[in-house]
Amino acid sequence: MKLVIINYGAGNIKSIQFAFKRLGIDAVLSNDPEEILAADKIIFPGVGEASSAMAMLRSSGLDKLIPTLKQPVLGICLGMQLLCESTEEGNTEGLGIFRTKVKRFANDVKVPQMGWNVIKDLKSGLFSGIKENEYMYLVHSYYAEHCDETIAKTDYGINYASALQHNNFYGVQFHPEKSSLAGARILNNFLNL
Amino acid sequence: MLTKRIIPCLDIKDGRTVKGVNFVDLRDAGDPVELAKQYADIGADELVFLDISATLEGRATTLDMVLHVAEQVNIPFTVGGGISSIEDVDALLKCGADKVSINSSAVKRPELVNELSDKFGSQCVVVAIDAKQVEGQWKVHLAGGSIPTEIDLFEWAKEVETRGAGEILFTSMNHDGTKNGFANEALAKLSETLNIPIIASGGAGNVQHFIDTFKKGKSDAALAASVFHFGEIPIPNLKKELKANNIEVRL
Repeated sequence: MKLVIINYGAGNIKSIQFAFKRLGIDAVLSNDPEEILAADKIIFPGVGEASSAMAMLRSSGLDKLIPTLKQPVLGICLGMQLLCESTEEGNTEGLGIFRTKVKRFANDVKVPQMGWNVIKDLKSGLFSGIKENEYMYLVHSYYAEHCDETIAKTDYGINYASALQHNNFYGVQFHPEKSSLAGARILNNFLNL
Repeated sequence: MLTKRIIPCLDIKDGRTVKGVNFVDLRDAGDPVELAKQYADIGADELVFLDISATLEGRATTLDMVLHVAEQVNIPFTVGGGISSIEDVDALLKCGADKVSINSSAVKRPELVNELSDKFGSQCVVVAIDAKQVEGQWKVHLAGGSIPTEIDLFEWAKEVETRGAGEILFTSMNHDGTKNGFANEALAKLSETLNIPIIASGGAGNVQHFIDTFKKGKSDAALAASVFHFGEIPIPNLKKELKANNIEVRL
């Protein structure tokens, strides 16, 4: 199993690497197109601000490479949001894999949403063995609107897509690497897809 | 629904846990990694490490500790204490810390809050505020509460929110160490005037105090040290009691 975590300068990737290490997998951090193309599974991470993350992807040409990937790809947090059509954060155009848009939470809830919330209406092998209403750790100010590709839902002021899937592309808004044993199970499921 | 968080706080000096910790089944109560793992296993939602090292060598050891915590612990954690620059934060985040907490350095140079949230995102910037109520006025204090300032708690909290803080950790110096409950009136006012999460700190003594800070204090999270470290309030029991009182928690 060759697992690559795309390293384009965005966010806390050490935690993701450690989470896989706890599962017995040594993930490689890389921004080298050849190494990414040769991987069995790919993690597309992201923490921080959308427009600057997108700029970093463009400057390395990864914005062109990622949509062509045929292996299972898992976008985490901002990684998932950048796989959508667009995000209101910095008025940023995304990679357009998931046919949905990312919007900012309204001010009737505290922003960012920070902490543990439940995921429900789970639809995907990614959630094999995960019970409905399982708790996941989330930190975000923007959310993906529902579409046909929603595979998990969460409520925070509104009901939104906390996970998405389009063919070989998966995206989760929560941080499985920080979500205790249930999060580890999801990462393990991804390795077994 | 988003749940209320329970956060044990560990004081760290030269990479080791300080202050008394008398925790069940620990081989080495001074090992923060082992303690952190145990807290994660029994249902703590997050952890805060407060570095009180006085030397550069001590801080370097703490960085190494952060790396080991990130390696072995599967819940989020914040590191605070002595952070005053982008470089400090970069080093901690690279070692796997999820958030950093800044306190006196933000008071001395408020632009630091903007710089950190611009560079790393507000989700990882916690501003810790120590305040004391003096003649009815809540005034911000520095250096662990020892140096008073003329800054008003609520004005300062609003300012750091505007500057990009993602969360506020408010410690009441009037309540800290008393075990008489949290400063719920001030906490509720913070929660109502700000739109970022508020962590209550200082005063936890029994389960009812936690119920009160979530209900009356409208806190989003509650932080405590000794009541957890000495097993006075076991976290699983606390969470069951909160749930029984209709407070959403992760069980």
